[in-house]
Amino acid sequence: MDNLRELYQEVILDHNKNKRNYRKIDNPDGFAHGVNPLCGDQIDVYLNLRDGVVADVSFDGHGCAICTSSASMMTVALKGKTEADAQALFESFHHALTDDEPHPEDVPLGKLNVLTGVKEFPVRVKCATLAWHTFDAALKKIQGEISTE
Amino acid sequence: MNNVAQYDVESIRNDFPILGEKIHGRPLVYLDNAASSQHPAQVINAIKELYESGYSNIHRGVHQLSQDATKAYENARATVRGFIHADCIHEIVFTSGTTESINLVAQSYARPLLKKGDEILITHMEHHSNIVPWQMVCEQTGAELKVVPISDRGELELDCFSELLCERTKLVAVGHVSNALGTVNPIKRIIDMAHALNVPVLVDGAQAVPHIPVNVQDLDCDFYAFSGHKLYGPTGIGVLYGKENILSKMPPYKGGGDMILSVSFEKTEYNALPYKFEAGTPNIAGAIGLGAAIEYVQNIGLGAIAAHEHGLLEYATSKLRQIDGLRIIGEAEQKAGLVSFVLDQVHPHDIGTMLDMEGVAIRTGHHCAQPVMEYFKVPATARASFAMYNTFEEIDVLAESINKTIGMFS
Ligand SMILES: Cc1ncc(COP(=O)(O)O)c(C=O)c1O
Ligand SMILES: [Zn+2]
Repeated sequence: MDNLRELYQEVILDHNKNKRNYRKIDNPDGFAHGVNPLCGDQIDVYLNLRDGVVADVSFDGHGCAICTSSASMMTVALKGKTEADAQALFESFHHALTDDEPHPEDVPLGKLNVLTGVKEFPVRVKCATLAWHTFDAALKKIQGEISTE
Repeated sequence: MNNVAQYDVESIRNDFPILGEKIHGRPLVYLDNAASSQHPAQVINAIKELYESGYSNIHRGVHQLSQDATKAYENARATVRGFIHADCIHEIVFTSGTTESINLVAQSYARPLLKKGDEILITHMEHHSNIVPWQMVCEQTGAELKVVPISDRGELELDCFSELLCERTKLVAVGHVSNALGTVNPIKRIIDMAHALNVPVLVDGAQAVPHIPVNVQDLDCDFYAFSGHKLYGPTGIGVLYGKENILSKMPPYKGGGDMILSVSFEKTEYNALPYKFEAGTPNIAGAIGLGAAIEYVQNIGLGAIAAHEHGLLEYATSKLRQIDGLRIIGEAEQKAGLVSFVLDQVHPHDIGTMLDMEGVAIRTGHHCAQPVMEYFKVPATARASFAMYNTFEEIDVLAESINKTIGMFS
């Protein structure tokens, strides 16, 4: 039961119920659709960049509590970050959930730390990382478009 | 005294070693039987004894062990024949499971026969393994896949079935019991309707054989497919029943050893039924384990098992209906073995994790039946599925755990 409390902390349950930035963005700079076929989690991530900074990021779709709250917290954490900082945060978050090896280059996770309890539930890790992978895909699309111009 | 009163669930439970396990410190409540059921000691011992004292390759050696193993393997086939009341033993083909059985029929029966303009008729509640093999063969031949719709209760629309059934239909493939909804389909009627137009019928019996006595001759189905691992037997073994006059005309599905009488580079003469369809060294231990599982089921009696499980299903349905915000997906008149449900407040994936921590094993997800999920507009469901060894107390634990879950999320 302790593990469960660790997994479903108040903050996580709150983000699941009161989703932040849960909306579409019309004509976003970047967009991607993410699916976790195991449990049917499906989310869309929308992204606007201004001068290399995340000006706006949002999501919609449906998923389990871990997926939804992770997406919600991600949007809060990413706003105002530079592309490089956003990518560093994604990698650090990913390491914290999936990797036992220390990564000295990782940046502090701040409020995202509450999600690291998911590590004790290996089948749920994909739920927590889905939004981030989807964000990463949206960002890479923009970068891809820019680099091919 | 009726069957239910005589039913000794405690002594059955004692036959299943795994039911004594603790999960996260709680007694295991295993309600994921539709995915795979557990094994009684009789099955485990049959496999153990084979490997300890009776194992060899079959159909090949003159030595004693090979003869013994061959006999045990063929005895298992005879047990299967009796279990589904097939007319003769060579109508029983061992496969790796339902999936392979269906693919065999798709590639070996349907593919040579189908041409552009022909149709295969399935239903909206099929498991992916009774959808994809037909899509593949349609792709290969230019035939078209037609789908019988379902109702909000999760029953087949039989009127639509009779409309879709026509002279273009070359095969009907239908599940006996739905793994996502629990619906028992009226397959006897479906077979009669199809046969009236000379259309053969394949029945996917994966979810039926553990719960319903099956008589393929009474049903008059042309093919019947099922898996060992949902019937208290091992994985990697399954059955395709086919009528002799149909099987004998079908070309082999796989090429290799054991499926031939003689091979030269000019011409190969195929072996007799069922060996024509059993190329290569088969799953010997799997077949013998399945035989032991069927004997175990027969000793208790499928009628008694069905009555017990029906009691569990009714009890679970009434208990779950009392839970606020719980919606049962699939409320057919005739159901067997399982309850699928969703909660207003909690995603199935979270229900699964919460229940697991209480020792309750259920399945969450789309159950390889995504068209069913789309129909009911849910991304996934939670599914509790029952077996002969489940108890009413376990249903109470299930209901309590669901209530706890709701409490935590509201
Ligand atoms: C209705 C139905 N058909 C087919 C299958 C496939 O069975 P197997 O994976 O054993 O081949 C299943 C298994 O979940 C099923 O429930
Ligand atoms: Zn999830």
